[in-house]
Amino acid sequence: MKLSDLKIGERGTISFFTDVEMSVKLMEMGCLPGEVVEVERFAPFGDPIAIRVSGYQLCLRKSEASMIIIE
Amino acid sequence: MARRIKIALVGNPNTGKSTLFNLLTGLNQKIGNFPGITVDKKIGQCKLAQDIHAEVIDLPGTYSLYPKSKDESIVFQVLANSEEVNYPDLVVLVVDATNLRRNLLLFTQVADLGLPIILALNMTDIAQKEGIDLDVDLLSQRLGVQIVSISARNNLGLEELKSAIVNSNSILTQQESVEVSLFAPKAIAAVKEKLNCKQDYVALQILHQYESLNNLSPSDKQAVSDIVLLTQFDTNEIQTKETIARYRYLSGALLGVTKDTSANKKFALSDKIDTIVTHKIFGFAIFFFILFFVFNAIFTWASYPMEWIENAFLAISNFGHEHLPAGVMTNLVLDGVLSGLGGIFVFIPQIAILFAFISVLEDTGYMARVTFMLDKVMRKFGLSGKSVVPIIGAFACAVPSIMSARNIENWKDKIITIMVTPLISCSARLPVYILLISMVVPKTLYFGFLSLQSITLMAMYLISILAAILVAMVMKFFIKVKEKSYFIMELPVYRMPRWSNVFYTMYEKSKTFVLEAGKVIIAISVVLWVMATYGPTQKFTAIEQKYEQLKTKNPQAKIELERSEAAEKLENSYAGILGKSIEPMIKPLGFDWKIGIALITSFAARETFVATMATIYSVDAEEGESETLRVKMSKAMNPETGLPVFTFATAFSLMLFYAFAMQCMSTIAVVYRETKTWKWPMIQLVYMTALAYAASFIAYHCFK
Repeated sequence: MKLSDLKIGERGTISFFTDVEMSVKLMEMGCLPGEVVEVERFAPFGDPIAIRVSGYQLCLRKSEASMIIIE
Repeated sequence: MARRIKIALVGNPNTGKSTLFNLLTGLNQKIGNFPGITVDKKIGQCKLAQDIHAEVIDLPGTYSLYPKSKDESIVFQVLANSEEVNYPDLVVLVVDATNLRRNLLLFTQVADLGLPIILALNMTDIAQKEGIDLDVDLLSQRLGVQIVSISARNNLGLEELKSAIVNSNSILTQQESVEVSLFAPKAIAAVKEKLNCKQDYVALQILHQYESLNNLSPSDKQAVSDIVLLTQFDTNEIQTKETIARYRYLSGALLGVTKDTSANKKFALSDKIDTIVTHKIFGFAIFFFILFFVFNAIFTWASYPMEWIENAFLAISNFGHEHLPAGVMTNLVLDGVLSGLGGIFVFIPQIAILFAFISVLEDTGYMARVTFMLDKVMRKFGLSGKSVVPIIGAFACAVPSIMSARNIENWKDKIITIMVTPLISCSARLPVYILLISMVVPKTLYFGFLSLQSITLMAMYLISILAAILVAMVMKFFIKVKEKSYFIMELPVYRMPRWSNVFYTMYEKSKTFVLEAGKVIIAISVVLWVMATYGPTQKFTAIEQKYEQLKTKNPQAKIELERSEAAEKLENSYAGILGKSIEPMIKPLGFDWKIGIALITSFAARETFVATMATIYSVDAEEGESETLRVKMSKAMNPETGLPVFTFATAFSLMLFYAFAMQCMSTIAVVYRETKTWKWPMIQLVYMTALAYAASFIAYHCFK
């Protein structure tokens, strides 16, 4: 399942990434495999998404969230 | 013996690093809650103890030593090269205690560069309030470095930090976090030998970043490139391994250090604010309300101090004319220099108010939310959510805004942002709008508080935003690029703005404006005064003779004759000749040759418009009485039609011309600097001037 498929308030554990280049940037920001992420809110037009990861709020576009596979 | 220590402040964005820098050095500067606001290399001096001084450098905030922008790449370049002038004796790494693990990733990287480190643990008070308990001693023991708890916001722990810096020594104590050499043993060994560097991690970073490192010679770059090829060094794969290894180490190191003492959700208040502020309807309502509030404040609050400044300069000028000996020098000082100065000082209230608002919006974290809300819309126009910061900043001034566009990682997004930023109405256009609006728009009030003038002003700003959007949409189709655009950004917790910083920003920006723009304005005012006072000698003598004869014939009409003599002189002065020569070009826009002079001087900087008008109209002034510029300009008549020069059509046409035309040398220079080619500034100059001409032409003919 992709992170972009989650609804507000839903959680998942990061399993792997489908894009290498993006994964490096996401990992630096604390989005590591094994980390729990929670969707906090969507921007008014449904994109980007704000997620909570390792204790802080991070925002990313849906297209980027769809590269994060969660379980 | 006096001792000097060089210190570098390093840390993630939003950790309060800049606030700490201000506290240490006292040299206040702009701080923001927005990721990456600290752009330039900032250095300050600090007295640590008797005879011990520190030179502190504030490095750009970054999440890791792998740079995502030009600013971030400075961090590695300063910390890794011992020949660099700013190479520090000691690094103070500032971390946000509420988000330790992510903040410590950068710590482990910097620690591996082989520099002595002190960890400044900021916001411990906030962490405690949110129910995060920290065992600082245990963490210090695990990492092998000194940790000082501080609260930069509340000025706590500063003395402890200073004495920790004084007592530090150059022996490295930090524990090894990961075995760096294992990531690429052959490549690291080869680079260490080739470039004679001692640290494994410096060698590894060079392998990643060699293409953009300024201190490497072309032959060194070639050598590293060969090593990369030979050892099949895969940047992404090795960086992934390293990041995972570092986080694994940190999870272990933080075990038992952080304790969650409350079951409550963290930052619940910030979350509640976000629910409203980024709401579909309320969010935009709040955003537009804030925008309107800011413009209304600029117009109405600033009007009182502006009036005082205007009147003060008028009083000085009148006093001077009464008490100084009449002559060329007096006229030059009072009508040239002083009227130019008045034209500068009158801007100060507006600039100060605008920057106060921008500083508050950044400091509180609201600007990041605007970025978040508008990203999708902005992308439709070929921009990115991150373009919002340069564009909102451009309401103040395009120059720093274009520099802040560096934080946009994607090249295409960045170029389009740079291309449309100067279209946004900056503070230099504000006096032009205000002067013209106050002349042609009545002071009607709706519902007792909505002034028609404020609405017109806001409309000018909306027009500029609309133009920027349309141009961006057009450019989206012409600029092609393969590179992927991305938007991964921290949304910082809402915080109260630091009022001392707000006031300092107001002071600093006004001062910069007076000093920087002021030089140009005064110079141009003096040149203008000379050009408006003198002309080709033959013609001037002819005019003087003609009026001499007329005056002897009709001595009773002396005052009237003197007035028309002055007008005829201005028309035949060098300025008049220049203005007249471009008159055929600007006549279709409704402008006369006097406005033509202002247009020419405005190509240096728009701010000169009001000063130019002041100079021209004070040369043109009726003898005996001084009036404010506004009154003089409204009284100006077109000699051909006998109607006022500044009709609604002319004023509106002129405002549109100032809204769209590229009349700023500094902007052209900064665009050249940021894009490193003349292509983009030239395209900008041409398209903006064409747009301005077309818009003014249409407006003049519609309203005429």
